[in-house]
Amino acid sequence: MRVRVQAEPFDYGAECAGFGQGGRDVGAVVTFLGVVRDDKGTLARMEIEHYPGMTEKAIAAIAEEARTRWNLADVLVIHRHGALVPGEAIMMVATAARHRVAAFAAAEFLMDYLKSRAPFWKKEFGPDGAEWVAAKDDDEDALRRW
Amino acid sequence: MIDVLYFAWVRERIGCPRERVDTDAATVAELVEELKAREDRYAAAFADVSALRVALDQELSEFSAPLDGVREVAFFPPMTGG
Repeated sequence: MRVRVQAEPFDYGAECAGFGQGGRDVGAVVTFLGVVRDDKGTLARMEIEHYPGMTEKAIAAIAEEARTRWNLADVLVIHRHGALVPGEAIMMVATAARHRVAAFAAAEFLMDYLKSRAPFWKKEFGPDGAEWVAAKDDDEDALRRW
Repeated sequence: MIDVLYFAWVRERIGCPRERVDTDAATVAELVEELKAREDRYAAAFADVSALRVALDQELSEFSAPLDGVREVAFFPPMTGG
């Protein structure tokens, strides 16, 4: 299990290559990449603030829960902070399990929890200034299914 | 003494990322009331605590939680990671 919180970009391809493979007990690997999206067509950049110390602990706790609940052979979470532009990768998760149902479910669980339980805050910068992204009720609702 | 940290728009409204606070507050809610009484910028940041979250020693907690033995309190809006 690995958790990384970093400002610098990561190489999604290199992280996926070999993840969860090479053993005898893994039949499914799911990987997810989150990318900065520009819904209004005016996003210049995004800045992600986080809570150093708590961020790593919160993600490790979420990843550990996923690992035990779906009996994962491996979990990887990388989340960036700092300035990012549209099209750039923000974060990734990877899960390795015996079967695909567990690998997919664990990846979705990780995504839902990272959205509203890991201490990150996004601020969007556009032509009219900067605005903090508000949490959505949907994000909180998404946790109830787990 | 307790370390109080602020993030995102809470940090911007209060105007600093962290400070040491000398307090006898028994709970988070009491600490919030003490801070609000200090200056307008605190009153503005804590005007609606239902819009805020709190962490005690880097674990999510509640405004009703006691501050016994707590070294670090953090206030921030709902998180928007992922």
